[in-house]
Amino acid sequence: MSSNVITVSVGQTDAKPWVDELHQWLATVDHKRLGILYIVSALMFLLIGGVEALIIRIQLMHSHNNFVSPEVFNRMFTMHGTTMIFFVAMPVLFGFANYLVPLMIGARDMAFPRLNAFSFWLSFLGALLLYFSFLGGSGLYGAGNAPDVGWWSYAPLGARAFSPGHSSDYWTLSLLVSGFGSIGTAINIIATILCLRCPGMKLNRMPLFAWLNLVMAGMVLIAITPLSAAQIMLLIDRYLGGHFFDTQAGGSAVLWMHFFWIFGHPEVYVLIIPCFAFMSEIIPVFSRKPIFGYPVMVAATVCIAFVSMSVWAHHMFTIGMNSYANSFFTLTTMAVGVPTGIKLFNWIGTMWGGRIQFKTPMLFSIGFLFQFLIAGLTGIMMAASPFDWQLSLSYFVVAHFHYVIVGGILFALFAAFYYWYPKMTGRMLSESLGKWHFWLFLIGFHLTFDVMHVPGILGMPRRIYTYEPSRGWDTLNFIISVGAFIQALAILVFIANLIVSYFKGNKAGNDPWDAWTLEWSISSPPAPYNFATVPTVASRRPLWDEKHPEDPDSRYE
Amino acid sequence: MSAETTSFPNTVPAWDLPSRGKIAMAGLIVAESAIFTIFVVAYLFYLGKSITGPTPREVLETPIFYTICLLSSSLTIHLAAKFLARGIAFAFLAFWLLTIALGGLFFYGTAQEWHRLIYEHGLTISTNLFGTTYYSLVGLHGFHVTAGLIMLTIVAVFGLGGRVGVEQSGHIEVLSMYWHFVDAVWVVVFTVVYVLGR
Repeated sequence: MSSNVITVSVGQTDAKPWVDELHQWLATVDHKRLGILYIVSALMFLLIGGVEALIIRIQLMHSHNNFVSPEVFNRMFTMHGTTMIFFVAMPVLFGFANYLVPLMIGARDMAFPRLNAFSFWLSFLGALLLYFSFLGGSGLYGAGNAPDVGWWSYAPLGARAFSPGHSSDYWTLSLLVSGFGSIGTAINIIATILCLRCPGMKLNRMPLFAWLNLVMAGMVLIAITPLSAAQIMLLIDRYLGGHFFDTQAGGSAVLWMHFFWIFGHPEVYVLIIPCFAFMSEIIPVFSRKPIFGYPVMVAATVCIAFVSMSVWAHHMFTIGMNSYANSFFTLTTMAVGVPTGIKLFNWIGTMWGGRIQFKTPMLFSIGFLFQFLIAGLTGIMMAASPFDWQLSLSYFVVAHFHYVIVGGILFALFAAFYYWYPKMTGRMLSESLGKWHFWLFLIGFHLTFDVMHVPGILGMPRRIYTYEPSRGWDTLNFIISVGAFIQALAILVFIANLIVSYFKGNKAGNDPWDAWTLEWSISSPPAPYNFATVPTVASRRPLWDEKHPEDPDSRYE
Repeated sequence: MSAETTSFPNTVPAWDLPSRGKIAMAGLIVAESAIFTIFVVAYLFYLGKSITGPTPREVLETPIFYTICLLSSSLTIHLAAKFLARGIAFAFLAFWLLTIALGGLFFYGTAQEWHRLIYEHGLTISTNLFGTTYYSLVGLHGFHVTAGLIMLTIVAVFGLGGRVGVEQSGHIEVLSMYWHFVDAVWVVVFTVVYVLGR
């Protein structure tokens, strides 16, 4: 067992003409390249979705503003929501899973490399389809328009009578196509984790990252598919004259809501569970302690996955369900808080007594812990149906779920970027730019989303185009918009950091963070074949065992 | 650039992991089951809610013969896979072709029923809620039968060319899982549409 057989120089590909290089990227089936394609395309759509958010915020900056027309405003919030969920959050998380899962379990590639490429291109083309609606939304006549009925496209707004032209068709097809891509990726992740683990990597020795992504992939299989089914029904209604959601023929608008939220709520957990996975890898390394309560962590994740499948109708308390349904969904929603709380305590338990290093990944992780807690608490408030009746469809809800998605998911993602960028590129991200990014984003985030709760409580409805000066919402909305611009600035600092560090960053070496999982045992960036020799592991922290042969973890398992 | 070659202490060399094909097909089946569940829920939810006729009771006839065909094709594909695993190529091919014939018969049965409903009773997907949900649910199943038949036929073509042997046994078993799933879904669709739905 020695490494003298295969030597590949990193600079090998430099000499090739760019057409060859481009061809290699477009035709690749390598999990690392596909992972990066996922991440880069998601960053691209993050910028686009961000611009849409800024347009919304400029429009709401003061009362009676008409920066954009009401029609454009509707398109902006619809496209912003759809883009951020389906073409930023999902792909970027799939990208990290794609890149890291095989490396962490000591595999050569994903179980089905070609399916992997197929899935990526499906979701990417889905995104292009959505944005093509700006040109083709009205068909061949007129200037075209984008979907404008909100990201959940409630019936009957999605029907032909209320969404003429093709804007809703682009929306439907785009989500259907990218949904199939997600199912392909989920199947791939499950097969990879169950079938390609290196010798000794028993399920109870897998890094939590792999465990949590396994649970996430399982959830994708049963959570994304209801949306695909509902989209097929919508297409049948729009194109074949079906009556699924046509109330005039006895169809039910509420059924669409149910189908959408049977997807929509588990989707939140599909997005947050990989972020829990990032936290479970990053917090131990920067606390210099193994994760606290590994089995409980796994159990809590599986528990969240189960319970989150039966909470969807808490999005629908205001439609007038009976009191049994209201009580059931209130109880299940509050129950999700329990395993989630267990996780927060586990991360704090990991940090407790550790030698914490406040590097950028850890800063974002700590930000995640605080903000995700607050997001969870407002979630518990909204779970109580009488409270929800007062605040549903107000800016309080918008503030709550942005706290989850930006304060939780995006912060965890930034932590993951700073932590794994050295592995992906071989260069460290700049710490000083990273600190600028963190503090600017933190300030911008809290300015925007802390303050946003208040107009919600004062009665400002979500998706409102403008408001009366007499409402007294002007100052609050102005502060929110200023925060949005600070966040945008922070994102630009982040993008600059990604680009500058790629060329000028310090060399990372194999293991810049002195970490313990297998991806850090190989070069940065890893060779196309990942591991020259299949590794064998004997504990949850194989690299610790290797670095500390005198006191390996395997002795205590 | 050194690729890591590590031998960590006290490792167990014996290592047996499940087949990726079977796991992936199981995953696909879970995902498909969720899609069918939504369509079944829609069918049940809209039972008796049609504003105009025809109703299921008036026009549906229970397709017992074709159901028997489809269900027995599960048995024949199982036998085909077993024979292939034992290397008896002739028996494999015979049972495989029988499976295609039975699946084809079922498909013909659905086509005939649709023809009857459309031309005799004037029931189309846009007639009423029953038409919408019926054609969607049965059509979704029929789509899966079609996809299965295409895959079975491709294997049959290779088989007739003498290119399917014991080595392909794993792939054949994955395909047979899919076909069993299509049959199992029909049991649910049959119960919902022809038993409960009338």
